[in-house]
Amino acid sequence: MATRASDFPPPFAAKDYIAEPTDPVDERIEVGVLVVGAGPAGLACAIRLGQLLADDPATAERLGDVPVAIVEKGKQPGSHLLSGAVVNPIGLKRLFGERYRADEFPSYGAVHGEAVYVLSRRGAVRIPPPPTMRNHGNYVFSLSRLGRWLAEHAEEGGAMILPETAAEKLLVSHGRVAGIRTGDKGRDRDGKEMGNFEPGADLVARVTVLAEGTQGHLTGVAIDRFGLAGAQPQIWELGVKEVWKVEKPLRDVIHTMGWPLRKAAKYREFGGSFLYPMGDDMLTIGMVVGLDYRDAELSAHDLLQELKTHPKIRKLLAGGERVAWGAKTIPGGGWNSLPTRLYAPGLLLCGDGLGLVNIPRLKGVHYAIESGRLAAESAYAALRPGGTPGTSLAAYDAAVREGFIGRDLHEVRDMRQVFGRGFVVGGALASAMTVSKGKVSVGKLAAEPDADAPLLQSGRAAAYPAPDGTLTFDKLSSVFASGNKTRDDQPNHIRIAQRVPAQVAEMWAHLCPAQVYEVGEDNGDGTVTVQLAPSNCVQCGAITAKGGRLTPPEGGSGPEYTLT
Amino acid sequence: MKIAVCVKHVPEGSARIDPGSKRLDRSGEGALNRFDANAVEEALRLKGESETEVVVVSMGPEKAADSLRKALAMGADRAVLVSDDAAAGSDLVATSRVLAAALEREGADLVLFGQQASDGDGAVLWAAVAERLRRPVVSQAAALSLEGAGVHVKRQTEFGYDVIEAPLPAVVAVSDAINEPRYPSLKGIMGAKKKPQEVLTLAELGVDAAQAGEAGSQTTVLGLASPPARGGSQKIEDDGNAAQAIVDFLAEKRLL
Amino acid sequence: MKTLVFVEHHGSELQKGSLGVLAKAASLDGDVAAVLVGGGVTALTAEAGSYGAATVHVADDDSLEPPLPQPRVDVLAKVVRDGGYDTVLFANSVLAADVASGLAARLDAGINWDLADLVVQDGALVGKRPALGDSVYADVGWKSEPRIALFRAGSFDAAPTGGDAPQVEAVALELEPYSTEAKVVGQELEESTGPSIEDADVIVAGGRGLGAPEGFALAEELARALGGAVGATRAVVDAGWYPYAAQIGQTGKTVSPKLYVALGISGAIQHKVGMQSSSTIVAINKDPNAPIFEFSDLGVVGDLHEIVPKLTELVNQQRNS
Repeated sequence: MATRASDFPPPFAAKDYIAEPTDPVDERIEVGVLVVGAGPAGLACAIRLGQLLADDPATAERLGDVPVAIVEKGKQPGSHLLSGAVVNPIGLKRLFGERYRADEFPSYGAVHGEAVYVLSRRGAVRIPPPPTMRNHGNYVFSLSRLGRWLAEHAEEGGAMILPETAAEKLLVSHGRVAGIRTGDKGRDRDGKEMGNFEPGADLVARVTVLAEGTQGHLTGVAIDRFGLAGAQPQIWELGVKEVWKVEKPLRDVIHTMGWPLRKAAKYREFGGSFLYPMGDDMLTIGMVVGLDYRDAELSAHDLLQELKTHPKIRKLLAGGERVAWGAKTIPGGGWNSLPTRLYAPGLLLCGDGLGLVNIPRLKGVHYAIESGRLAAESAYAALRPGGTPGTSLAAYDAAVREGFIGRDLHEVRDMRQVFGRGFVVGGALASAMTVSKGKVSVGKLAAEPDADAPLLQSGRAAAYPAPDGTLTFDKLSSVFASGNKTRDDQPNHIRIAQRVPAQVAEMWAHLCPAQVYEVGEDNGDGTVTVQLAPSNCVQCGAITAKGGRLTPPEGGSGPEYTLT
Repeated sequence: MKIAVCVKHVPEGSARIDPGSKRLDRSGEGALNRFDANAVEEALRLKGESETEVVVVSMGPEKAADSLRKALAMGADRAVLVSDDAAAGSDLVATSRVLAAALEREGADLVLFGQQASDGDGAVLWAAVAERLRRPVVSQAAALSLEGAGVHVKRQTEFGYDVIEAPLPAVVAVSDAINEPRYPSLKGIMGAKKKPQEVLTLAELGVDAAQAGEAGSQTTVLGLASPPARGGSQKIEDDGNAAQAIVDFLAEKRLL
Repeated sequence: MKTLVFVEHHGSELQKGSLGVLAKAASLDGDVAAVLVGGGVTALTAEAGSYGAATVHVADDDSLEPPLPQPRVDVLAKVVRDGGYDTVLFANSVLAADVASGLAARLDAGINWDLADLVVQDGALVGKRPALGDSVYADVGWKSEPRIALFRAGSFDAAPTGGDAPQVEAVALELEPYSTEAKVVGQELEESTGPSIEDADVIVAGGRGLGAPEGFALAEELARALGGAVGATRAVVDAGWYPYAAQIGQTGKTVSPKLYVALGISGAIQHKVGMQSSSTIVAINKDPNAPIFEFSDLGVVGDLHEIVPKLTELVNQQRNS
């Protein structure tokens, strides 16, 4: 019987992260609309609210001293943002209207040309870009940089951004979301209060918008609490990327498939790589791997290192140097995995937390921005005099599903799942689906959660390249290059079964791009103890997909991305 | 009573360098120099619940307002930023001139500095500022209290502690061992925006532009060079004599 | 060039760091003088001379005995002005840093600090200042005279010259009123429980290669023999083998001792950035591919459990002989 990580679930219960407000009423912090997450969705929401309130000072006043607040667990907006990214400007255009032309957003320029290759160990066969991978009219962005730019606009529009603040619990009162409780600061690794201990606080709001991104902590808690889980379980891909300073500018947007991922169906290795130019002197290179893989020795981090040794890739990086590294999961379930409702009393859900990503096109930023914008409109409608919160919030759900977000996701709804049948079959089916604009469907394939993947051992770890410090790197160097300098002496934020079969522990050790997990002592009963170094964590979320559960650490912890 | 705390906004990247690229990453926004947080904390402890006013003073670009806001979020009452293009590139001589002018304008009873990291700018600034203010200075304060009309300081040296007293007004630089800076509370962060923040130009401060910035500096940075090679690095395998080999190596380097 | 060196003393001992700077001054062109300030320091002038000072300016008074910086600024300012010195050099110490900085403000003189060296380049005096974790050196200069330089502790070795007795000149005290307002009212000298990590000249640090918490006994004995402090990597602190106060690295302490002995430490970058500016690094590790060997001065591939006890014994013998 094959081992599955899901047989060893983490000690985590969503109800532990739900609470009534407990601070005395006069100590609770009240805001109008609370946005959790200063990513593209959250910031778009705050920006749109700022626009609406600027034209309606009466409502702004009713919302009190702080009409719009954004809490962000990273050091500053952008610190935890990572994506490819080739972005469709439609989201930004609809948010800013006439104020900016598409080429005036803080991008690295429009996509000039593109190329798609199928790689083998030493070769590369160029194929015409499949319809889903055509990027004319799109722009290359650093999401982290875009986040900083959007944050400035959000603040200009009156939003108050509260960085280094973790949203630890969802405040629910009388069946309605009342806000969040922020995380404590200043506990040591045993949970004891240190000299500078600062307890979290109840932050109450009329409407709470969760825009936490992939594996959103409170988003998961809310989906559980309000029974919103979709028809299919959510599945994820893990993206690992680097930014390089290079001598020769890259001209084209490049995507690859094939090596170093394996085609045989038994491995279920879905994914590919990307290289995007970032101006004349930088580029970004990344690897995306579906987390429904079977091989316990699969390491996305090391596959990226291996990818760089391909002669074609090596040439592109020659004479350059790595200046940044990062990792993040991408929700891959699409339409079929959307929650049944995108709202609950007092609550709206946006962006990657919902899984608004078009995997075949590898795009989600514009959906995040659009969903944030629509959430703002619903929240505003709910809060103006005469507004009816119940119908206004429900209108958000309809707006997302019936607008271009829903249309796009519906069109590609089964594409990711078919790749579960292997690369060749999957590729053919995917093409058929695209050409027919989604009319060809294979029906609802039963998608299994990533943690249910039965594990096998392939021996491939022995072939990962030894880090040379110039082209290839080890995980700890990568963690350093993410800017992570998390305080060590704080409670462990990762929930995970501590005693598991060696194969599960090995899978986690290879899975994590930041070397958080190590196979520890053999307990002599068929299990080993899993050893953790939580301060390495870059909060990518992979562990939640594969049998553990990530919760937010102390605010300000984690990576400090700037170029990702 | 008024306590002024001199703080600096440092680029976030200065704490994070890729040894490979050797580049200072300035694409982040920057933060309050962590040693200055000790000084702000000490000022807040001395203030306690009293009416003492804690003012944070800084010289820097407009972005430095972010660090000042962090100090306000911790509990400081007011912030003063001297921001002027002509002040950019100031060395210790020029910076101390500008800061002293700002501090004289405040007329504080006690001026606090943090123990800047020795590879940052602004280290040893306190003695220069005290000199211009013509007031006593005590540095490396591991403990600080107000006694009567003066300060009582436990000063950490290489040999132990000196206990020093000086009358106010005085300048004290605190070591990072003196306290653990508090985390700003959410209320503090949200209230910071409402606290008074002044931005002054050199002219408003009465400092001649020629006395600040590069014009007013007496030192220059000429360029970057590679450090001298570490010298041949040796690697040996233990054949039973490694301990002796190490001792010989250390003796040769006069480390024994 | 006319160079003045601030020579520091503690009790009746001249401090090695400032004697090293004196030797450096003597290696440059021109006249070299030392300045001694304290109570009963006249007795130390001959020694200062023997380490490279042709002239020693002395301010000897009981009131100058406490190690306070501001009276020293007054003394040095007078000596610099009266003697026409164009260059003033200091070896870093808690006291010297305050004196150098105060003097810079007094004279409106440029000061470059944290220097590792001083050279003449294209006819001008250039300081070499390590930056960015010692990965680059910045060349720094002065636009005017006098030029003040503060060197990192231990940058230069003292070099007795065996020369003639120096010319001794007493300095008349002209102290500013604010210079005497601070007073030392007590002192606590540190007991020899060993230096703190921050101040230690020698650090012996342990990592996972020690095998078990008990392995730190080896590190402690070696540290004791070498007169140093004990450090630890994040991994072993996380595992509870040693306290966080001893953690060296990106999220712990940054140190730059004269000697860093790394036992069973792989050398991950998070650790490296906390100790890479140590003057000499000796690493013992049984993994020949450990990254630490790329930046250690002496790398030993072997079993530390066998090597370290022998090493400790040999060091103790050396010390006692």
